[in-house]
Amino acid sequence: MRRSFFEASARDRLLELVDAGSFRELIPPEARVSSPHLAMLDQPVAFDDGLIAGAATLDGQPVLVAAQEGAFLGGAIGEVHGAKLVGLIERARAERPAAVLILFDSGGVRLHEANAGLIAVSEIIRALLAARAEGLRFIGLIGGSGGCFGGTGLIARCCDALVMSEEGRLAMSGPEVIETVHGVEEFDSRDRALVWRVTGGKHRYLLGEAGALVADDIGAFRAAAIRLLDAPAGLSLDSVEREHALLAERWRRFGSCDDAPEIWRALGVPPGEDVAMMSAEDFVAMAQRCIGRPA
Amino acid sequence: MERLQYELESRGAVAVRKPVLVGVTASGNCEVLVEGGGAPDRCAIDVQTSARGFGEIWQAVLRDFGERHAAGGLKIEIHDVGATPAVVSLRLDQALEAWEEGDA
Repeated sequence: MRRSFFEASARDRLLELVDAGSFRELIPPEARVSSPHLAMLDQPVAFDDGLIAGAATLDGQPVLVAAQEGAFLGGAIGEVHGAKLVGLIERARAERPAAVLILFDSGGVRLHEANAGLIAVSEIIRALLAARAEGLRFIGLIGGSGGCFGGTGLIARCCDALVMSEEGRLAMSGPEVIETVHGVEEFDSRDRALVWRVTGGKHRYLLGEAGALVADDIGAFRAAAIRLLDAPAGLSLDSVEREHALLAERWRRFGSCDDAPEIWRALGVPPGEDVAMMSAEDFVAMAQRCIGRPA
Repeated sequence: MERLQYELESRGAVAVRKPVLVGVTASGNCEVLVEGGGAPDRCAIDVQTSARGFGEIWQAVLRDFGERHAAGGLKIEIHDVGATPAVVSLRLDQALEAWEEGDA
C-alpha cells in the first residue's frame, strides 16, 4: 500500500524508510534537548527540536539518518536542531556508515534564533563537505510539506545525490521570499502550479539536480535510497569544477527563460508532453527517452 | 505561553516501557511525551500551551482522559500550539495506545 511521504510526520517517515525495528535514536525526545532561544521567547518548544537523528540499517547496511519535522516552525534550523545534525555528520566520519540519509523538510534558518541558526547552517555545510571529501556518501530525500528552501536548500545541494517527489520543492529563495522582495508580478507565491513547476521535483530532475524522481510514497523513497547506496560518492576538485562548468553552461543556455517549461522544451521535452500530469514512472521514462537522462 | 500542572487519580498503567512521543508541536496540534516511574495510582500531567486562559478546559479534558484510560504511574508532558480539546483527547488516546504497544 502507498504511504504518503508528504503527509507523514518526520518520525513516521524515518521509521518507515529504514529497515523495520532497526532505528536507534540519538538524543531522543525524553532527553529534552530543546531550544533555549524559544524558551526565552516564551514559545512552545519541541522535545527533539524538530530534528530526529540516529543509527539504523537500510537494506541491511548501516546508515546514519536524520529527519526534519516540517510542521514544527517550518522545519527551520535552530541552534540545537543544527547541532544535532552536525553531531550526526561528525559521528559518521568516525563510524563510516554506508551512507548518511537526510530527510529534508525545512524553510531554512529559524528566524527566532537568528545568528545561531545561520552559524548552524554553515557548520552543517562545513561538516558535510569534510565528510564527503573523506568519501562518505550523503543522500538527501525531499518530499515533505515544507519543501527545502534557504540554507536547507544549500545543504541539500551539497549532498552526493537527492531523491525527490514532484511534491517536494527545492530552491534557494522560497516563493514567498521572492514575492516579498521583487513583487507579485515577478513571482506569485499563491500560484501553486507556478511554484511546483519552478521548484518541484520534476523540474529538479530534468535539470539534473535530483538524481531520482519518485512517487509520493515512502516505499518508493526507500527503494530509491537503496539503489543510491551503490552510486559513486566522493568530492574532489575535479568534480567541483565540473559542477561549476555545468552551472555556467546552464546559465548560458537558460538564463533568458521566463518559466520552467521553456527550459524543458530547450532540453528536448516535446511540446505535447504534459509534464505536470504524468505519474512519476511515466515522467521518468519520458525524461530518459526524450532528453537522455540515465536510468 | 502558559504552564499548567495537573495530577489525576487513575488506575495503574501497563508497567515499565520506553518513553513514547506522539504528535508534533505545530499549529492546531500538540506533542505528547509519556514516561513511567510515577506513583502507581496517580498520573502527573505537565502542559505548556501557547493559548492562555484555558485551564478549566484542560482540567476537564484531562479528567476524562484519566477516567477513560489506566494512566496511573505515568508522567505526561504536552507541548501545545492551540490544539482543540478533541485533538488533545485523540493525541492522548494515541499516546496511551503507543505506550501499551511499547513500540511508538
